[in-house]
Amino acid sequence: MVLKINGEEKNISSSINLAELLLELEIVSPHCAVALNQEVVPSSKLKQTKIHDGDNVEIVHAVGGGL
Amino acid sequence: MVDSDFKNVFFVKFFLNFSEDFKMNSSQLKIGDRTFTSRLIVGTGKYASFEETRDAIAASGAEMITLAVRRIELDKAKDSILNFLDPKTYCFLPNTAGCYTVKEAVMTCQLAREAGLGNMVKVEVIGDEKTLFPDNEATLEASKILVKDGFQVLPYCTDDVVLCKKLEEVGCSAVMPLAAPIGSGLGVCNPFTIKLILEAVQVPVIVDAGVGTASDACRAMELGIDGLLMNTAIAGAQDPIKMACAMKAAVECGRQAFEAGRIPKKLYASASSPLNGLIDI
Repeated sequence: MVLKINGEEKNISSSINLAELLLELEIVSPHCAVALNQEVVPSSKLKQTKIHDGDNVEIVHAVGGGL
Repeated sequence: MVDSDFKNVFFVKFFLNFSEDFKMNSSQLKIGDRTFTSRLIVGTGKYASFEETRDAIAASGAEMITLAVRRIELDKAKDSILNFLDPKTYCFLPNTAGCYTVKEAVMTCQLAREAGLGNMVKVEVIGDEKTLFPDNEATLEASKILVKDGFQVLPYCTDDVVLCKKLEEVGCSAVMPLAAPIGSGLGVCNPFTIKLILEAVQVPVIVDAGVGTASDACRAMELGIDGLLMNTAIAGAQDPIKMACAMKAAVECGRQAFEAGRIPKKLYASASSPLNGLIDI
């Protein structure tokens, strides 16, 4: 299926939920967060949140910044 | 060693101990459920490297640091700034820098909380690209939503007394009026409105944005504000680590001078030596 992840279209082969998607993308940091179709997904619910073709996924983390 | 030398040594020791005691007795900054010894809050942006970020922040003595929330770059090495900033040492204050709408700001805070950055947030909703002045109406609305959602909200706002009162009313843990535009280095442009805000609200007043150098920081603290937040003034200095040291000292100096209570300004002189007992020739 094709997902839009951080603004880029990506072909995802094996993942069926958000926790698996993070692993497939090699994102292992505990300090990241995910929004699915403009809704923030609680970190405790990544595994039970299924992904579907055409979904819009945002994956964020902390970066340097002030104001 | 003669007697007077002993006296001098004793006096110097007494003075040093007194200074130490004074330092230890300086009041603390309380925001929401957190207490801080340092009244300086620093940003983590614009540094040349993560190592420089870590060293400058350590030199500043800040205990609370702001972070931005951005997309992970999918195809790049995933080194994180958090590998250089220990959450046990610092209280993180994720910000909503770059957000122009209520929805973006609220969602950014919720994402920050899910990313494990805590529930104390620096809310900024920008209203104008050129000045980066905040959209006060949107800031108030976002703050209201976030307070209800369990966040401790520290909003970046203009130095407007009425707005700061409204932000306090909706439950913000502090108000953060700007000294001058973000990154401008102009220092506190309107000390009078900052003083009026200090009188008008009970929550801490943190001056946020616009400081350029140590004297700006010192002057801001001398107004009696509870804390000072800066980023560019340190990160943009030619020697950020040395500037971080200067800002640490300036914030402490300004606070101590405020707590000590300055003399009133007067137009004419008043002698500090006794007026009687002058020789008569």
